[in-house]
Amino acid sequence: MTTDTAPKPSFWNRLAHPGQFVALTRPLLWPLTIITAALFIAGLWFAFFNSPEDYQMGDTVRIMYIHVPTAWLSQFVYGIMAVSAIGSLVWRHPMADVSMKAAAPLGATFTALALFTGSLWGRPTWGTFWEWDGRMTSTLVLLLIYLGIVALWRAFDDQLRAARVIAVFTLVGAINIPIIKFSVDWWSTLHQPSSVFTMSGPHMPPSILTPLLVMAIAFTMLFLTLHLKAMHTEVARRRLMALQRQAAQTGKTA
Amino acid sequence: MINLGPHAVFIICAYAGVTLAVAALIFWTLFDARRTASKMAALEARGIRRRSAGPAA
Repeated sequence: MTTDTAPKPSFWNRLAHPGQFVALTRPLLWPLTIITAALFIAGLWFAFFNSPEDYQMGDTVRIMYIHVPTAWLSQFVYGIMAVSAIGSLVWRHPMADVSMKAAAPLGATFTALALFTGSLWGRPTWGTFWEWDGRMTSTLVLLLIYLGIVALWRAFDDQLRAARVIAVFTLVGAINIPIIKFSVDWWSTLHQPSSVFTMSGPHMPPSILTPLLVMAIAFTMLFLTLHLKAMHTEVARRRLMALQRQAAQTGKTA
Repeated sequence: MINLGPHAVFIICAYAGVTLAVAALIFWTLFDARRTASKMAALEARGIRRRSAGPAA
């Protein structure tokens, strides 16, 4: 068979090649950065200059514009890791491993920020920084799972072997995501029930919903930008490790 | 700046904390990329290249 008659690799197959993935996605970084910055400027302007105080919570409602997006990302990032874990275990997709590893520190940071902003919002509204209720405790468990995953990645020298173990661990830990989501329905809790993603639509006025949605999209774009950059770095790091092994085998000092 | 009411300190602390953490996250992501690229460049400068890239010049 000549190269002329060889079947062209599909888009997914091209994405599976780390070098081609980086070449295909590198041009996206600057547009993503500009869109993220513009969304943050718009979101912060809405949050501080074009949204009213809440009739019950007063100005502390402005904490919601950073608390809800970070809480949303804490679960969304884990969802990305769980899908990547399936990609790693089922299809052995090399970029799925890279995606899992690059997302973990980002998810841990957003989860820590959700807990931090939540406690600062809780003190003036509930009278306490912390309560061991279902939503807060399950989110703390999520943070511990993230930290465990970050530690596991660092514990293995063989990253391919690490990916299999961590993919299984990630999928087991995914049981915590529906627990976080439904904890406010299953148990008596200080935390308010869902008010954006409900069957009957958002339960808040457009003047408060608009900054919330703009900030949620801004944080999501921030994650996508940082995740993509971190994936490129991880691809480079694996090449570097391969080069260092090659140098050790050929006797050249690195 | 708008008046943030009696709980301004909580609002300011929340935004300051998130700003610091996001800035640290961006800094670390860029620093890690640059550090990895410089290690790679150092190796290639010593003539160590991937076999698929052919012999060093």
